[in-house]
Amino acid sequence: MRQLALATMVLAVGCAPAGSSSAGGSGDGAEPPERFGFGSPASAERVAMWDIDVKPDGEGLPPGSGTVAEGEQIYLMHCIACHGPTGTEGPNDVLVTQEPWEEWPAGRTVGGYWPYATTLYDYTVKAMPQLTPGILTADETYAVIAYILYLNDLVPEDAVMNAETLPAIEMPYRDRFVPDDRTGGSVIR
Amino acid sequence: MASNNRSSISRRTWIAASSGVVAAGLIKTKADAVKLVAQEVPTPPDDPTKVPGRFTSEVGVRAPEERPRRLTRSQTLSSSSRTPLQELQGTITPADLHFERHHAGIPDIRAGRHELLVHGMVERPMVFSMADLKRYPSVARTYFLECSGNGGGAYNRERMPVEISPQALDGLLSTSEWVGVPVKTILNEVGADPAATWILAEGADAAVMSRSVPMEKIMDDALLAYGQNGEAIRPEQGYPLRLLLPGWEGNASVKWLRRIEVTDRPTMTRDETSRYTDPLKGGLSRQFSFFMDAKSTITFPAYPYTLPDPGWWEIQGLAWTGRGRITRVDISTDGGRNWTEAELQEPILPKSTVRFRHLWNWDGSESLLISRAVDETGYVQPTVQQLWEARGERTAYHNNQQRVWKVGADGAVTFGLGDLV
Repeated sequence: MRQLALATMVLAVGCAPAGSSSAGGSGDGAEPPERFGFGSPASAERVAMWDIDVKPDGEGLPPGSGTVAEGEQIYLMHCIACHGPTGTEGPNDVLVTQEPWEEWPAGRTVGGYWPYATTLYDYTVKAMPQLTPGILTADETYAVIAYILYLNDLVPEDAVMNAETLPAIEMPYRDRFVPDDRTGGSVIR
Repeated sequence: MASNNRSSISRRTWIAASSGVVAAGLIKTKADAVKLVAQEVPTPPDDPTKVPGRFTSEVGVRAPEERPRRLTRSQTLSSSSRTPLQELQGTITPADLHFERHHAGIPDIRAGRHELLVHGMVERPMVFSMADLKRYPSVARTYFLECSGNGGGAYNRERMPVEISPQALDGLLSTSEWVGVPVKTILNEVGADPAATWILAEGADAAVMSRSVPMEKIMDDALLAYGQNGEAIRPEQGYPLRLLLPGWEGNASVKWLRRIEVTDRPTMTRDETSRYTDPLKGGLSRQFSFFMDAKSTITFPAYPYTLPDPGWWEIQGLAWTGRGRITRVDISTDGGRNWTEAELQEPILPKSTVRFRHLWNWDGSESLLISRAVDETGYVQPTVQQLWEARGERTAYHNNQQRVWKVGADGAVTFGLGDLV
């Protein structure tokens, strides 16, 4: 039986015009479908559970809010060991500088380099604190971001961060970022 | 060579001796432990034709004298390790020697539970198991993968290295045969909106590492890869599923891929703003600098090797470009005054490494060896002076300047770019 099916297949491949499917048999030679249908529909709940990123216009920011003063407490509890008492000491990434970016940036600090304040939420909620990522609530995340922005002189001491105020912050060096102009060919860029 | 008078200590004696070492608490550092393991070589028979050999085994091991190792940095959660380029042959990197770069450690993920969510600007948001993905038509392609920070150790005029190996300088480069599903197959399955211009790719590691990728690249040659050099992707490389963007900086090929959001703008994640952007002279910073431009380096002779005597030597190395195929590699043995075309190993695959070879009759005098790659766009691997002129001297990432190796009159090889700047 198997040999018969194989013979039919060879005949179909050998004789049938390209693109036509053989009647019955193994189905070999048939055109693949537009879609295969493998995989499962994702429910809205499933998407919402994982869709945690935040866009520069604020899309994705959750409800909630936090103040600079609340953020200082979060910082002391969760951040100080890696980023230092004032965000400048390390041992991990330096977060704070008031030094201007003239010819070269003074490090990759939030105030001295980062082009978008929303990135702070996107990154913190996903990756921080490093040993217990995802532990901060939305209010705590807004608060610690408010504190880091305050340390960088980007918001006043009474600032409140939420889904409206965070994307409205104009980071000082956003316009310094330019698209890649390398194209291959003879010009070195 | 030390291997010629390798210790004749028997395995049994060694075990006894090493037990003593362990008992005496003499393993104090990782280096001590490595040395101990290195001694664990059974004494070979004087004549292997007179002693029956080993039986078959389920998993092979390297010959006892072959000990290629990745070069690891500090053991921190965000870290990297480098491929021993000077110890490898041909173009393929053994999977267990592929360079590593991760931002919150290597996650422990079981393929049976891993899922890919695809949503956003699509008609049908969907979830795919690994079994689902493997049922789609697959492709296999050989591509290099390189961290955009590779080679950055030889850019700063004041800190030009001398005693640095190809591994330490350029070991964030590896080449594999990758197997997987084109991302466009899956985007067709979910009905991606033709108006979408970007995707966000997100990993399932503890950094939830994520990058925005232009739709043009996704529809061109991006892969959802699950196979590497004949087996499942290793955990360090993104098991069970990674994005693979041929010819682009490695960071954008998100490992442990769990989510693709189809969108119409970049997300501006931390790793495409604060990191992986390239400051330029004039107070600017280049963003979304995805392409890895043409690059090459000699891997032999190179530090820490010493040529024992003058005469015929085969200069070897690797060349690669993210913009297609390497078309030529030139070699200079006199610091760039004269150039000769090297032989390229076939097949020359696009966005893969190419091994080049050049026979050299060394006269025993001090020599500066340089390789210079040319790709199919006509791009010629620049000198460091050309890059300084174009970008300034403090640019990070994408340092593809010509590498220089100095062979001393004593045969000792060091990194020689400092002699030309």
